[in-house]
Amino acid sequence: MAETESRYEPVIGLEVHVQLNTASKIFCSCTTRFGDPPNTHTCPVCLGLPGALPVLNRAAVDKAIRAALGLNCTVRETSIFARKNYFYPDLPKGYQISQYDRPLAEHGHLELETDGAAAQRIGITRLHLEEDAGKSMHEGFPDSLHRSYVDLNRAGVPLIEIVSEPDLRSPAEAHEYLTRLKEIMLYLDVSDCNMEEGSLRCDANVSLRPRGQTAFGAKVEIKNLNSFRFLQRALEHEIERQAQVLDTGGRVLQETRLYNAAEGVTRGMRSKEEAHDYRYFPEPDLPPLRVSAAWRAEIERHLPELPKARRERLVAQYGLTPYDAAVLTAQPALAAYFERAAAGAANAKGIANWVLGDLSAWLNGHGAAVEQAPVPPEQLAALVGLIDGGVLSSKMAKDVFARMAAEGEGAEAAVAALGLRQIGDAGAIEAIIAAVLEAHPKQREQYQAGKTALLGFFVGQVMKASQGQANPGMVNDLLRKALEAK
Amino acid sequence: MTELPLLSVEIVRRRIGERQTTATALAEACFGAIAAANPRLNGYLTLSQERARTQAERIDRLADQGLPLPPLAGVPVAVKDVLSTRGLRTTCGSRMLENYLPQYDATAVERLEAAGAVILGKVNCDEFAMGSSNENSAYGPVRNPWDTERVPGGSSGGSAAAVAAGLGVAALGSDTGGSIRQPAAFCGVVGLLPTYGRVSRFGLVAFGSSLDHVGPLARSAKDAAYLLAAIAGADPKDATSADVPVPDYVAELEQPIAGLKIGIPCEAFAAAGETGGLDAGVNAAVRGALDALERADCQLVEIRLPHTEYATATYYLIATAEASANLARYDGVRYGFRAPEAESLGAMYRQTRDHGFGAEVKRRILLGTYALSAGYYDAYYRRAQRVRARIAEDYRQAFQQVDVIAMPTTPTPAFRIGERIEDPLRMYLNDIYTVSADLAGVPAISLPCGLAGGLPVGVQFTGNYFAESLLLRLAHHYERLRGPIGPPPAFATPGGNGAQ
Ligand SMILES: [Zn+2]
Repeated sequence: MAETESRYEPVIGLEVHVQLNTASKIFCSCTTRFGDPPNTHTCPVCLGLPGALPVLNRAAVDKAIRAALGLNCTVRETSIFARKNYFYPDLPKGYQISQYDRPLAEHGHLELETDGAAAQRIGITRLHLEEDAGKSMHEGFPDSLHRSYVDLNRAGVPLIEIVSEPDLRSPAEAHEYLTRLKEIMLYLDVSDCNMEEGSLRCDANVSLRPRGQTAFGAKVEIKNLNSFRFLQRALEHEIERQAQVLDTGGRVLQETRLYNAAEGVTRGMRSKEEAHDYRYFPEPDLPPLRVSAAWRAEIERHLPELPKARRERLVAQYGLTPYDAAVLTAQPALAAYFERAAAGAANAKGIANWVLGDLSAWLNGHGAAVEQAPVPPEQLAALVGLIDGGVLSSKMAKDVFARMAAEGEGAEAAVAALGLRQIGDAGAIEAIIAAVLEAHPKQREQYQAGKTALLGFFVGQVMKASQGQANPGMVNDLLRKALEAK
Repeated sequence: MTELPLLSVEIVRRRIGERQTTATALAEACFGAIAAANPRLNGYLTLSQERARTQAERIDRLADQGLPLPPLAGVPVAVKDVLSTRGLRTTCGSRMLENYLPQYDATAVERLEAAGAVILGKVNCDEFAMGSSNENSAYGPVRNPWDTERVPGGSSGGSAAAVAAGLGVAALGSDTGGSIRQPAAFCGVVGLLPTYGRVSRFGLVAFGSSLDHVGPLARSAKDAAYLLAAIAGADPKDATSADVPVPDYVAELEQPIAGLKIGIPCEAFAAAGETGGLDAGVNAAVRGALDALERADCQLVEIRLPHTEYATATYYLIATAEASANLARYDGVRYGFRAPEAESLGAMYRQTRDHGFGAEVKRRILLGTYALSAGYYDAYYRRAQRVRARIAEDYRQAFQQVDVIAMPTTPTPAFRIGERIEDPLRMYLNDIYTVSADLAGVPAISLPCGLAGGLPVGVQFTGNYFAESLLLRLAHHYERLRGPIGPPPAFATPGGNGAQ
């Protein structure tokens, strides 16, 4: 790979389909809910019944404009819907309502944040609105050998297609681009970006050119890149494949290839399938879509802080490391949780450690989303406050957290329930120390003879005698004093 | 009920309101007349007795209780078979939809029923509304009640024939290039093309979406006004419907017409010569109508519509392009005809569409597909759209000078069945006077202005956007000047109704 890339420069552009998380479909009022029995969310419009007409869902336009603004695009004042004509059983009307020569938005960009390197700007060519098709089901039925079924629940679900400029130069950059794009979509709350459920889909265009050459090579489109891992692997494979073709004096064919995840290879689609003339023309059933300056401004006013800005702010405001800030902001809900916990707290870094440590571990272990966090942010802050105030040792705090999570108790209540209050009273600790020294005269002599490594032994004994509740720092200090005082 | 053909909307409502008859009895009489006449006319494809009875009984209960009756109370109407009717077979005149039962009602149908109308059934038409003679129906041609050897016009031929023969008081039709007005002219009834957006297209099975209109056919301008009032107005289910207030068309009929400026496009009378010719009888009848209006103090003004000569070509490019996409949904997958025994998906598509569609529909799908294809789009579709804008501009200019434009509806009266079916180009040129209004989106009305060789002739008035009220008013006044025309001789005898 590295060897190939030293000779050839990959040129990559991505086409990403993002399913908008509106309640209803783009041209009818059917729900967009996923996972229900086939063909239960249909009506004359999304079934393509004769005479039915599409009516544009404003909520889908709102979300698409949000996405466009979040990607620094220029939103057109007038955009046009167009029919993309092709036959397929899961396409009820025989055409898809999309946008063609006048898309909703154009000329945007997003920034990659590669470690240490200067921010790199990737151009967004266009962003347009369209409807999703249904789903063909070729397997899993008793008669699947000679029959296919169609589920139209997804037909008419709103999508935006985001097309990047061919600005990406490696599979890793493509991966990073998709990561950032997904993050922005999540922040804008325009999609759940669930790749397994198909709400984020990616196709890639890739060509190679010898290092130093400016002209682009022949472009291959790769479809079916339905996970981040597949995207990177498919691109790596395809770059190697094209390099081999070029190395052996061949010519790369401009074509569409499908990624086969099981075998890790791309394969050319039969030319018949790709020889499409989509015969786009303006959709006569929908008037031009006009986005007034006021409408755009209204959406702009309600745009949330985007991940990059939030990362920078977390570092500046809370003194987090860029790494911690990045991990927190990767999930908007996690960052929000952190910020609620850190609000007014003295030790934001400590809270970040708990959010990224025990809390995240609990969530992962339970397969739970941040919204289902077992401990409210204020209580996590309270727990960290107890540690910082010397009431709990970190070890005790772990038990307290577990109890809070299991019982839904607040920090104070859990501490009381566990009887885990740390002994921070010097007199009480000194009394325990005195008893321990009394009980181990031999070790005390050895220590005083210079075997200071025995300090650990005494600490252990004191902690044991206090049932773990003595403040370990104080135990250390007071023990040393007692041992050295003779 | 011995004189069905003479009934008007107002008479029906009055007689029901005064308990001289019932909506139920009237509907039954209509079904009787249809049973007698349909073997000869082939107008009705599907009857809706059950639905009609339910609606008629509803109206009769209102009358029994002495409650106010809705405007179309008990009025029996026919619905062109390209309008979706819930649970009532909607074939579009095609084999493809021979057994198709829609899940929902078209907005126009729903509104007619809400206004009290009784739907008798679905009437024949050219397949997917593509045709000017009704010979393109998979269920056989409709025959003209004035001469059953002749076509009733198309594509709303069943609607026009049913109204002319008294098999219903009025009908709904659809007009994409003249499909309401041309059959209205051939059958001697009134046909109104509303402004694009005036009447919802929801539930109208699409042919050329940017050209498709739903409108009424009736035996008088007043009845047409009643129907339009019921179906017009914005519809949240049709994004192209217009949110423009609906005037009281019936009340405005009685406003005067003196002083109206009527534009006479020289092209309409001149250019016809090059394209097969304006029939002398038609010319005379239309001139006669214009003279009558002039005598009624309307002012005739010569105007120009310079792009009219490109209208037919423009129309056939745009309509077929849109049709090629609109008819893609008939693929055998979800509803309608599916070729049995196909070996593969591709074969299923090909055989379904080959056997399900008739020749004219296939011809237009091919034309439209070609016009949109890569490399041809600019030369055909895009250019046609530009010409379309010029044609609309012609009208805008003209309506700065005049209130209404008058011309013949068709170059000839009804032609013989089979006479033009082998010559599509000649058939297409039959639309020469009607397509421009569809392209511009302006309203137009056709009404009988006399006979030529015993066959009805239509005069057409075209108005500015949303000027339906003016068109209906002019038509209404002209009807008084003209005196009665029709019913067709064979359907004129009391109780006759074509039962001979
Ligand atoms: Zn739906």
